[in-house]
Amino acid sequence: MVLVLAIGDLHIPHRAPDLPAKFKSMLVPGKIQHIICTGNLCIKEVHDYLKSLCPSLHVTRGEYDEDSRYPETKTITIGQFKLGLCHGHQVVPWGDLDSLAMLQRQLDVDILVNGHTHQFKAYKHEAGVVINPGSATGAYSSVTYDVNPSFVLMDIDGLRVVVYVYELIDGEVKVDKIDFKKTSTATI
Amino acid sequence: MISDGVEDEEKWLTAGIAGLQQNAFYMHRALDSNNIKDALKYSAQMLSELRTSRLSPHKYYELYMRAFDELRKLEIFFKEESRRSCSIIELYELVQHAGNILPRLYLLCTVGSVYIKSKEAPAKDILKDLVEMCRGIQHPLRGLFLRSYLSQVSRDKLPDIGSEYEGDENTVMDAVEFVLQNFTEMNKLWVRMQHQNKGPKKRTDLNHFGIGQFWHAIGLSGLLGPAREKEKREKERNELRDLVGKNLHVLSQIEGIDLELYRDVVLPRILEQVVNCKDDLAQYYLMDCVIQVFPDEYHLQTLETLLGACPQLQPSVDIRTVLSGLMERLSNYAASSVEVLPEFVQVEAFAKLNNAIGQVIEAQPDMPVFGAVTLYSSLLTFTLHVHPDRLDYVDQILGACVSKLSGKGTLEGKATKQIVAFLSAPLEKYSDIDIALKLSNYPLVLEYLDDRTNKVMSNVIIQSIMKNKTHISTADKVGALFELIKGLIKDLDSGGDDEMDEDDFKEEQNFVARLVQMLYNDDPEEMLKIICTVKKHIMTGGPKRLPFTIPPLIYNALKLVRRVQSQDENASEETTASATPKKIFQILNQTIEVLSTVPVPDLALRLYLECAEAANDCDLEPVAYEFFTQAYILYEEEISDSKAQVTALYLIIGTLQRMHTFGVENRDTLTHKATGYSAKLLKKPDQCRAVYACSHLFWVEDQDGIKDGERVLLCLKRALRIANAAQQMANVTKGSSGSVTLFIEILNKYLYFFEKGNTQITVASIQGLIELVTTEMQSDTATSDPAADAFFSSTIRYIQSQKAKGGSTAEKFEPIKV
Repeated sequence: MVLVLAIGDLHIPHRAPDLPAKFKSMLVPGKIQHIICTGNLCIKEVHDYLKSLCPSLHVTRGEYDEDSRYPETKTITIGQFKLGLCHGHQVVPWGDLDSLAMLQRQLDVDILVNGHTHQFKAYKHEAGVVINPGSATGAYSSVTYDVNPSFVLMDIDGLRVVVYVYELIDGEVKVDKIDFKKTSTATI
Repeated sequence: MISDGVEDEEKWLTAGIAGLQQNAFYMHRALDSNNIKDALKYSAQMLSELRTSRLSPHKYYELYMRAFDELRKLEIFFKEESRRSCSIIELYELVQHAGNILPRLYLLCTVGSVYIKSKEAPAKDILKDLVEMCRGIQHPLRGLFLRSYLSQVSRDKLPDIGSEYEGDENTVMDAVEFVLQNFTEMNKLWVRMQHQNKGPKKRTDLNHFGIGQFWHAIGLSGLLGPAREKEKREKERNELRDLVGKNLHVLSQIEGIDLELYRDVVLPRILEQVVNCKDDLAQYYLMDCVIQVFPDEYHLQTLETLLGACPQLQPSVDIRTVLSGLMERLSNYAASSVEVLPEFVQVEAFAKLNNAIGQVIEAQPDMPVFGAVTLYSSLLTFTLHVHPDRLDYVDQILGACVSKLSGKGTLEGKATKQIVAFLSAPLEKYSDIDIALKLSNYPLVLEYLDDRTNKVMSNVIIQSIMKNKTHISTADKVGALFELIKGLIKDLDSGGDDEMDEDDFKEEQNFVARLVQMLYNDDPEEMLKIICTVKKHIMTGGPKRLPFTIPPLIYNALKLVRRVQSQDENASEETTASATPKKIFQILNQTIEVLSTVPVPDLALRLYLECAEAANDCDLEPVAYEFFTQAYILYEEEISDSKAQVTALYLIIGTLQRMHTFGVENRDTLTHKATGYSAKLLKKPDQCRAVYACSHLFWVEDQDGIKDGERVLLCLKRALRIANAAQQMANVTKGSSGSVTLFIEILNKYLYFFEKGNTQITVASIQGLIELVTTEMQSDTATSDPAADAFFSSTIRYIQSQKAKGGSTAEKFEPIKV
């Protein structure tokens, strides 16, 4: 059982002062094995904070990130799954699932994690899964109105991944979960 | 010389203990044979060891403790003795025959204890007798220990209320008198120690060793020199202070002392002694003792008396610490229970303390600044605990502090630390920054801090806001707040201040940025005012700060646009409100423009595009076009780094793709430019990708979105040409064909539009591409590229899965052969 936190688009400090307190109290060090971050943190303090939660931190570059050394895309293998990470402002049209599917094919991954639209999405198609953890701070987005703070926790166990999405709606944390199974060790 | 002295002391102590133990042995033997006379003789001899002047207090104490143990045993014997042979009264007489006065008095106290217990005489008489007789010992060290012994044996025999020794004749007053007298005498002895050994003195109690008298005459410690001597004296006195303080402790334990008795008798007598002894060591210790030992309720009710003593103390007494200690105790008392709070109001505690502090500060004009601030700090803590709702009190304290600080210029060192703590206290107490903003004297105190400390304070203020998640809701409060933290907002006048570490500076400004996010009001008008106020302040920040402070302001404004935009949709009538999207966009435009003074074109471009999208949502075509124009100008003129261009271009294309408010002409102009930029990127692969991204500009999935299949195909073909050129370049320059990835990407785009129903994309063209890729991959000059292979495989798989879907999709994809 491997826990992977997918989080991004915090936009601290330009669009949000900080992570919601309720999220902060849930994210404690030592519980998570990997963090994959879609980008737009934007400052070093946020990077350090995430690093303190888990040393295995993967970040791709968002257009507002202070650190320009983050890569545009990244692929990571966790257990039986290959995960791809990309901020998403490079994929036009923004948020278009078919275009994202193309990126997924290009990176040759089972799960593609991307951001930019600040809207949570977990979508399964023939070739795999596309996940958008949304914005962890509920930051303003030109693309999405009424953004609720959200992040995603993936539990990877063998050929199965359970995706938990945590959303802060009207001050309460609501959790939802979605199951995905790989049919074989090859790509789904 | 000195080390000799210490060694000698050890020797004397050992000798003293040996002598004591030897006599004790004989004493016990005599007791065993019920030989009172001998027992008394040996006990007197034993106690004679305590007549020494040789020992320092520390060593004397060791000797004393041994004697004490023996006396306890003696006392036990006396208790039984009185039941057997002579009566206690006889015994009382008997012990007074001892030769030397010190042993005589020790024995008397011991017997006296038994006497009281026997109740054959009133306790008060015996106690009075004993406390008077102890006057016989005027040597400070010996006297202190003797009286300490008296205090110890009499402790449980005081005629307190509810004690067995109470009676018509014995009252609490007698107990009080006894203890007070003992205390007074002990204090006098203790003070006298300070002035001891100034020269040969005639002594009533002779020293044990003849030679020692010679040393004594010179005064061994006189050889140390006056300063060291004083230090030594004070150290010795400090070792003994608890002996004196114990009396106060005993007093506090007497149950019969109620508030009245305390107020009318006990406290005045104690204070009288404290003031009259005119010794700073004693005064400091005893004041503190009084405050610690007696209950807080009593202090409250006797506040005036207690405070009245303060100005009468020696000027060298650290009255600040004493007062701080008192205020701290009272603060804790107030914090302990809500019910006691009315008491504070009733006795006007605040006023009295305030006055007392004022008097102390006036009386000591040389008091260093941090000393005064410490006092005010303690008073502030007190006030925050006791009268948290009385902002006027808090403001008063701040005002008093300001007047004390005025004329001192900016502060340094300890004082600044104190002031930061002083100013932080209200912030911690009042989690709502609003309240702190109401304190009119607060910003005045800040004026006296140097720049660096000012910044520290500003940080504290912001942290307090962030921690409490308070939202600052009016433009006035925002203005006041930004005035307070101006150290962070702009360069202060003193100019040329220390170069700040870059990381620290970033952190500091990011902090300010986060603060901007905490400003909020539901009412759009007020929110707009807030935004304007913030803008005014951050504009003074200069080019260093603008890149940090402008973005959060922009986003606040964009959020406001969204709010009024939806309100506009609901409200159809023309409102005279000034918080309209148009107005806000004007402000936005002006604000982003300022960034050109820094300059930060990348950031400005992004912000222009964000605003364009917001304008698009409000259907304000000219505004959106204007923002796009500004963004394009920046791209053309300011952004020359290749990597930056690529990112900027994707943002432009992505934003433009979503615009629905543009008419055909405007859209065409912007699209044309965008494709132009794409084709002119430096690296061919970048060109290729940007161009096929532009294909999406001609195909929008919305209902009335543009769906120009031809122009999509044109873009894709152009991209293909660029990809071909890239391949040829690779052949020429590297001798092998480059990666086929670009072709596979373009193939995917063909498939994308094919699926969406673009009739211009034919099966043949797709087939052609597939074959092209296959050929390229199998050619001799091909470089092996596993990523491309995987990409192609997954693309093929995609086509296959589409075919397997059934329905119209399967039909469409059927002809494609893989």
